[in-house]
Amino acid sequence: MQQRSIVRLGVPLAVAALALSACGSRDAGTTSTAGSGTKTVKIGVIAPLSGGLSALGLGIKNSVDLAIKQANETNAVPGWKFELAAQDDEAKAEVGKNAATKLSSDDAVLGVVGTLNSSVAQQTMPVLAAANIAQVSPANTNPTLTQGADAAAKKRPYTNYFRTCTTDAVQGPFAAQYLLGAGIKSVATIHDKKTYGQGLVDAFTVEFKKGGGTVVAAETIGENDKDFSAVISKIKPNSPAAIYYGGEYPQAGPLSQQMKSQGLSVPLMGGDGIYDPKYVELAGATANGDLSTSVGAPTESTEAGRKFLDQYKAAGFAEPAAAYGGYAYDAAKAIIEAAKTALKDAKDVKSARAAELTALGKVSFDGVTGKVAFDEFGDTTSKILTVYKVDGGKWIASKTDTFK
Amino acid sequence: MDQFLQQLLNGITLGSLYALIAVGYTVVYGIVQLINFAHGEVFMIGAFGSLATWTIFFKGQLGLWVLPFMIVGAVLAAVVVALILERVAYRPLRHAPRLAPLITAIGISVFLQEAVRLFYPGAKSALPFPQIDMVTGPAFQAGPVTVRRSAVFVIGALVVCAILLWFFINRTKMGRGMLAVSQDPDTARLMGVNVDRIIAVAFAIGAALAGVAGVAQGLQNSNIDFFIGFMAGLKAFTAAVLGGIGNIYGAVVGGLVLGVVEAMAVQFIPGTFGGSPWKDVWAFVLLIVVLVFRPQGLMGARVVDRA
Repeated sequence: MQQRSIVRLGVPLAVAALALSACGSRDAGTTSTAGSGTKTVKIGVIAPLSGGLSALGLGIKNSVDLAIKQANETNAVPGWKFELAAQDDEAKAEVGKNAATKLSSDDAVLGVVGTLNSSVAQQTMPVLAAANIAQVSPANTNPTLTQGADAAAKKRPYTNYFRTCTTDAVQGPFAAQYLLGAGIKSVATIHDKKTYGQGLVDAFTVEFKKGGGTVVAAETIGENDKDFSAVISKIKPNSPAAIYYGGEYPQAGPLSQQMKSQGLSVPLMGGDGIYDPKYVELAGATANGDLSTSVGAPTESTEAGRKFLDQYKAAGFAEPAAAYGGYAYDAAKAIIEAAKTALKDAKDVKSARAAELTALGKVSFDGVTGKVAFDEFGDTTSKILTVYKVDGGKWIASKTDTFK
Repeated sequence: MDQFLQQLLNGITLGSLYALIAVGYTVVYGIVQLINFAHGEVFMIGAFGSLATWTIFFKGQLGLWVLPFMIVGAVLAAVVVALILERVAYRPLRHAPRLAPLITAIGISVFLQEAVRLFYPGAKSALPFPQIDMVTGPAFQAGPVTVRRSAVFVIGALVVCAILLWFFINRTKMGRGMLAVSQDPDTARLMGVNVDRIIAVAFAIGAALAGVAGVAQGLQNSNIDFFIGFMAGLKAFTAAVLGGIGNIYGAVVGGLVLGVVEAMAVQFIPGTFGGSPWKDVWAFVLLIVVLVFRPQGLMGARVVDRA
């Protein structure tokens, strides 16, 4: 009998406690601190924090972290405190989608910086769009993300998506013009069949042929391939003067090394996906002369960029800012900049999300990678690109130009 | 024709790597009828073992004399891990239903991958493998065929290992013991063969070859990562089944056939279904075809007659 009364008392108590705690948790994120002054607003990050591309992903996360810390120090939006909510996408579309779902269920998230991979962005965009959360990518370069699948009839698929980097529609042709300018008329292309790699190679091929060049071989490799000897042997008899590779450094580095050890000693050129110190490390001593394009001017070549790198260094992050640090920093700054208008009179983050999207479209300031402003598709208005060349084990800027 | 010879060489190189790993599957299967799915990870541990040896003792040294030490480091790491696995994970399950050790093997495989990923410095992404002089560098030109230096090492390693293995099995007491245990463990025990030790030796032999393969992979591909064991293990298992699992010579033949088919598929299959991304598909299509018409594999199960 004793036990029974405990149960009788216990059950309603437990139910009440659960109900109360449920109320509490719902309020805690957004409005419960309303009376006491500062409210919390979160900026999410979706990037590969582990796996082969983590060097790039961690650089993005740290740079956003830096932007958030600075915004809090300067009290960028009075009454609001920014917080970082980083999620690992492992460079996989499905994992990225889960990360986006997680962030969109958090009422305090105003915007997300990410993703690194275009293929992941395709999955995160619709999820975040449903919650009206802004996504600003520092690194997605696939043109279809902003302009739709049909290049002839451009249509923006999701109005919550912006990016601070230029697209492959510009990057591939820029590389083609550079190679033609360097007197290279025959090229073999290889890509990894991912959205990014294929987009890059397609755009490159069109421009290269238009400029009078020939693509002597067009090959693909599998996403998990490690041994490229068969592909290299297939290309070699066509004696291309350069290889244009669409993909990222984990495969591009070994590909370059294997090419050269197999006697195909021509430069490998790629997009921003191979512009990383890790590429040179993986490609080894024979990487000299390899080329890459990357969006914007080199971070260390501008006054603002140097300042950013100094601050990044001073903040004491364990990993370098890598290729997209500056873009991620600018993306976070854009979200914060827009938040100044969006959050001004808002009572919680959720109701400010729509205003944030409008404000993002109108953002215009000088960032570390150049002018940060978006066109009607959400693409950056800056079309400055740089060709980098491996020299003595490092990427050296070889030519910076505005794409015409 | 030139292209055919070139791809044949590429295929044999890749196949030699598969064969070195496949022997480990087949030796263990021949004796305990266990498909040791963690064997791919033993190979990965071997690769990291040689990298660690180089990083700790010889960092910056690229002379050929370093290579034997790296091979010893790889073999040691692989053998030690394999023996621990055998003792801790497989021996207690030896008389359990066959499914239990199989699942254990898969679990160990994930465990080893994650352990390396989390605890080996920098292993969260691919690590460059030291480019030893003489085995890397400019390729040789043999007529129309370009021969990579690392290919010479890989094929040479397979030849040397196969000869040593043949000698060990057919000419030593321990090797005869292995044959006896593979035919009938209970009778072998009655005849005074130490079955536990024989099984441990089988694991160790497989691991040693996998360790050599780890070095070969590092030199051939110039980098290693924590995930290399998965695909290599799968391919080597395919090679072992293709050749006839339980048959050591079958594993070698299966590995070589698989490697050559992959290289040829890249070169000669045109259109949508050709090219490098499809080579795995063709490799597995071959496996299915062979198993349909010759379920015992190309060479059949000759060493063990119970499979």
